[in-house]
Amino acid sequence: MNEAYRKKRSKFGEVVRRLKKNKAAVFSVFVLIIIVLVGIFADYLAPYPYDQQNYSLSFAKPSPEHWLGCDQLGRDILSRLIYATRQSLQLGILATAIAGILGITLGCIAGYYGGWVDMVIMRFLDIYQSIPMFLLCVTLAAVMGPSLRNAVLAIGISTVPLPARLMRASILTVRNQEFIEAARMCNASNRRIILKHIIPNAIAPVIVSITMTVGMNILAGASLSYIGLGAQPPIPEWGTMVADARNIMRDHAILALYPGLCIMITVLACNLLGDGLRDALDPRLKN
Amino acid sequence: MLRFIGKRLLMMIPIMLGIILVVQIFITITPGDPVRLMSGDLLSEEEMEELRVQLGLRDPFFVRYVNYIKNILRGDFGTSYRTHRPVLTEIMSRFPYSLLLVSVSLALALAIGIPIGIYAATHQYSWKDNLSIIAALFCVSMPSFWFALMLIQLFAVKLRIFPPSGVDRWIGWVLPSVTLALEYCATIARQTRSNMLEVIRQDYITTARAKGLAERKVRYRHALKNAIIPVIMIVGQIFGRALGGSMIFEVIFSIPGLGAYTISALQNRDYPVIMSSVLILSTLFAVVLLIVDVIFALVDPRIRSQYIGKNKRKKPPVTQQPLKPLESVEGGNAS
Repeated sequence: MNEAYRKKRSKFGEVVRRLKKNKAAVFSVFVLIIIVLVGIFADYLAPYPYDQQNYSLSFAKPSPEHWLGCDQLGRDILSRLIYATRQSLQLGILATAIAGILGITLGCIAGYYGGWVDMVIMRFLDIYQSIPMFLLCVTLAAVMGPSLRNAVLAIGISTVPLPARLMRASILTVRNQEFIEAARMCNASNRRIILKHIIPNAIAPVIVSITMTVGMNILAGASLSYIGLGAQPPIPEWGTMVADARNIMRDHAILALYPGLCIMITVLACNLLGDGLRDALDPRLKN
Repeated sequence: MLRFIGKRLLMMIPIMLGIILVVQIFITITPGDPVRLMSGDLLSEEEMEELRVQLGLRDPFFVRYVNYIKNILRGDFGTSYRTHRPVLTEIMSRFPYSLLLVSVSLALALAIGIPIGIYAATHQYSWKDNLSIIAALFCVSMPSFWFALMLIQLFAVKLRIFPPSGVDRWIGWVLPSVTLALEYCATIARQTRSNMLEVIRQDYITTARAKGLAERKVRYRHALKNAIIPVIMIVGQIFGRALGGSMIFEVIFSIPGLGAYTISALQNRDYPVIMSSVLILSTLFAVVLLIVDVIFALVDPRIRSQYIGKNKRKKPPVTQQPLKPLESVEGGNAS
């Protein structure tokens, strides 16, 4: 076991070393850290509360008091964007975490036990994946009722198959190796073998692939919010902010521009980091 | 081949049954009362209860499940709670719009994405390559609904080149299909590029160059043929994503398609409509995946021989083994 751990740590160090060489990935790490900090400290950073209305300022131009101007209800756009970071990140990260936990569990069970358990789980995933993902997402979010929590659940549940399949495939490669055999000979229980021997050795590629879906999930969350199934007003979210601006697009397109740019920057950083991670994990793939 | 298609078609039946089951579970375990939404405050409690019984909402879970399947087999997809019209006719009148939007965008995405991918791969490390990678990354990272709104603003409001909506003339389809295509175009370009780069470094490409073939021939005859196969594979997946993505586009561009219909049905808890739309969209997705698999088998001789091999293997399990080295030698010569 010590051996496995030492090997893993050095491999991790290797990945970080390679990742550091990738300028785009390092830059996106910084961007993401800033975005996450903005989300966490929104209360201290935002100059105004997100729901403070002031009709005399509606559609106000950018000014020293309101850096990005005000929206149709006279709310400070910058503050709303800052508060929205929190909701959008929640949609992306929590949904990914839910999908990861459920998927990895399912994948472990299917991969380790094999046989009919594997068959049942895989057929279940087949059914799951034969419903287009966003359709499933919208259906789940709508039947559970529109709210941020339900949108997170809906995205998380509808993206379960990817981590499940990856985990299963990864476990299949580990399962028949000698150290598992050795653990079994030491009379280790199934639970112990899965938790202590198989998962630590099989999880790395799955984790990377999952982090790569954070960006996609932020996009899906924004789309759900856009059709009114995500974060509910007055709490701002980038997708809902675009939706709010949709009716006044003709004259005030700028109101829809900012939140869209925020989504784009976040997702772009996620994707760049994901690409970098993939290259760092498997340098052969790098072209 | 026919046997393979038949087998896959048969396999679709349990998947369809599964989808109905899954959707029905979602509908059952989640709160919300369609009857209350339907009636507003016009009906009394007793009348609402009567309506629930009449609609079969009070039946046990499996009775509803079996009844629904029985009805579908008779071609009856139920009646919409809201409009009181048969769901099937409503869906069929909307289905062509969705299919047109998705297939036009997918065709566009392939027509633009593959050449860009090839171009980027053959000009690796040049500014053209970098530019196309960056553009593709931006396209993948953009929220498509937002980009659609921005394009409407630019082309329909400011420049007045294309109308923001209107499905009667072809020009109304330009904005929605191009916008929907862009995202998938980027995925396809990225995939094509990385496959191309991988293939170009293979030994048989060096061989082809070494025997003095023109670079053009090496690229398109030898490299592209092999690089394109994984792209075909993801087209099915992309079609599924486009089916989902088109739902929002139908709302934005006011296209009277199935996606917009489904979203409004979801908001009204119109169960028969939800069930049937999910079922029909998923069936379409499954059929497309099947078609992709068939094309895949037709294009790739290795896969084709696998299917033939599978059917034969059942009887003499030994003969397959000595054939293998022969195959690989053949493959080496062909390239």
